Amino acid sequence: MIHAIPMMVVLPLAGAFFIPMVSRRAAWVPDAVGNAVMVVLAVISFGLIGREGIYHVGGWPTPLGIDLRLDGLTAILLLAVNGIGLCAALFSVSYMELYTSKFRYYSLFLFMVAGMNGVIITGDLFNLYVFMEIAAIASYALVAFGCEHEELEASFKYAVLGGVASSLILIGIAVVYMITGSLNMAQIADRIQTIGLTPPILLALCLFVAGFGLKAALVPFHAWLPDAHPSAPAPVSAMLSGVLIKAIGVYVMARLFFNVFGPTSDLLAVMRLLGVLSMVIGVLLAVGQWDMKRLFAYHSISQIGYVMLGLGLGTPLGLAGGLFHLLNHSVFKSLLFLNAGSVEYSTGRRNLKQLGGMARILPLTGGTTLVASMSIGGVPPFNGFWSKLIIIFACIRAGFYGLAGWAVLVSVITLASFLKVLRYGFYEAPAEKLRVERSMAPLMAVALLLLAISCLAMSLFVVTGLESPVLVDRAVEALSAGVFGM
Amino acid sequence: MIYALCLVLVGIGLYGVLAKKNVVKIVIGLMIMEYGIHLLLILIGYRRNGAFPIMQPGQDPGAYASVAVDPLPQALVLTSIVISLGVLALLVALCLRLYEKYGTFDISEMRRLRG
Amino acid sequence: MAAEGGMSLVVKTVTRWLKGLIFLFGMYIMIYGHLTPGGGFAGGVICASAFILITLAYGAPEAYRHLPRGAAEKLDSFGALTFLIIALLGLWFAGVFFRNFIGTSPESHFRLTSAGVIVPCNLAIGLKVLSSLFLVFVMLSALHIIVSGEGRRRIERRRHTP
Repeated sequence: MIHAIPMMVVLPLAGAFFIPMVSRRAAWVPDAVGNAVMVVLAVISFGLIGREGIYHVGGWPTPLGIDLRLDGLTAILLLAVNGIGLCAALFSVSYMELYTSKFRYYSLFLFMVAGMNGVIITGDLFNLYVFMEIAAIASYALVAFGCEHEELEASFKYAVLGGVASSLILIGIAVVYMITGSLNMAQIADRIQTIGLTPPILLALCLFVAGFGLKAALVPFHAWLPDAHPSAPAPVSAMLSGVLIKAIGVYVMARLFFNVFGPTSDLLAVMRLLGVLSMVIGVLLAVGQWDMKRLFAYHSISQIGYVMLGLGLGTPLGLAGGLFHLLNHSVFKSLLFLNAGSVEYSTGRRNLKQLGGMARILPLTGGTTLVASMSIGGVPPFNGFWSKLIIIFACIRAGFYGLAGWAVLVSVITLASFLKVLRYGFYEAPAEKLRVERSMAPLMAVALLLLAISCLAMSLFVVTGLESPVLVDRAVEALSAGVFGM
Repeated sequence: MIYALCLVLVGIGLYGVLAKKNVVKIVIGLMIMEYGIHLLLILIGYRRNGAFPIMQPGQDPGAYASVAVDPLPQALVLTSIVISLGVLALLVALCLRLYEKYGTFDISEMRRLRG
Repeated sequence: MAAEGGMSLVVKTVTRWLKGLIFLFGMYIMIYGHLTPGGGFAGGVICASAFILITLAYGAPEAYRHLPRGAAEKLDSFGALTFLIIALLGLWFAGVFFRNFIGTSPESHFRLTSAGVIVPCNLAIGLKVLSSLFLVFVMLSALHIIVSGEGRRRIERRRHTP
């Protein structure tokens, strides 16, 4: 089973290169290969739950070769990426008929998945950079996939800011290599323990905060997200908002700060500050939006703020809340984007002012949107409620009453903003008669149902106690175990 | 000290990205940033009068490590050059497409997106 | 093949002489990558530069006659897939992903066979780099930019204002 770890990168890469070779002759091949690869990946990532280990690529021992690392945190992120990826791939089978050259789409999609999986499993700093760039370049191309004015402009903005972020990260990696003489995360952690956080290391930390903050769209660095995420095709928006900003932003930050550099109180304070800023400003910007996908994109910024706040508390309860919210957010935000996609698929519009009564026209989408909205708004039986509750409890227990207040306030505003979506988009009669161009395709319905069911099912994770939700507890252990040992 | 010069190069590139209005100049600025970083990486591995990084049979690893040039940054730079080549190709293609749609390279005239 | 498009006769003649030599040099760099400076990427770039030279001297149609676009796209994926397969063969034969399963021997110093899987890996990378660099260059240079709609109006407005 240990050999399954490199397969998480090999399979999507193989699929991505295989699809353009054969798709000229048979149009069904891209769909079949893309979905088959995602199914296998999802199954493998289920199988990897609860396992731990280090895989030495090429059989080279630790400081010489590249390590792949599997622990609790890796396992839940792999599950999120590949689970959401499977749903997005199922959704794309019909949805991407709206665009041309499907084989390019699936190829890029699999590249993005390979990059994200690589970032998650790697134990080597430069390897992480390479995989991050694979995911990022694929996502730049996917954002521009429609090749219209908005898409190109958003993609250019995203690519330039992403390039700047990558440059900052690369400088950080260079500085770390200069000081520690190693790129292996465990070895770096070991050496930093002995030399301490000297000024060059602090410079590298600042660069990492800025670089990965840009990739994760935390608030001072968020300008690209509300353009890039809505411009992409709906399944891609679901992947970008649902998992990409977490896999190459939040996850890497958590991994580096907790397991490599060691969390200091200043670092945690910075994470909390970024978290609260994105939480509040993101939701305030979201309130005034009328474009459905753009509204969801602003909420992504706000919800990532919750995750950063939870991680920034540094206590096991805070970590549990943050990581649980990360999982939940990836499920309900991708569900919301897929819902927006299915509305767009049927009616060709996504502006709330021109929509209305969708709950009658598309009953399934209406239902799943209700589930996802209640989830993101933090209404009790759904998963979003529990993770927000854990974060708020953790704030109170750590003595940050103000932060807890902000978290409650933002949750209320989020709920209000989603009630607006439900009212104008789904329940109130439309201003003019809507023309339904296509009815929903069965595979799209399957993807929506899968995600909606997991929204409900994931609230059962807390049966083992708020302190340690199922799956998340091992990830919390991995993060709070301190820096990597050799 | 010489490292600071590389960072100056990065700063020039960053200025180009932030202050220029022409999309092609922005792309050039981004590439200047990357070149500054590549130079920094190469300089990290450089050692004056260093030996070539191939271990002779029977050589003591410690003695080898104390005289040889560090070969790793060169591999990193090569990888990083390939990546920046990919980004450059994508960005140039985007610039061409943007020109096709807007008839200009001026970013201040491309403002379909706002809010 | 004379004056239809492309550069002057001098450039075309020199190109005709040099293209094979450049390609050969690229192949040498690729195959001897483990012994001398170079390797898959550098060799692939040199090989691609032979095709790029043809594109510059004669124009894209002549370059497509040497390496058709469909073939280049196939080779691009084929090179990458070969690299992956070599890595997987390491798992199959030696039990570890990317293990050097051919093996190295101290007797074969400075021979082609001294590095195990590195030579086939270099060839695979070279193939990939060759075809993708050629494609990138030809696609970007042979792109016909048709400005329409909003852009067309903007260009015309600019032409009328002094």
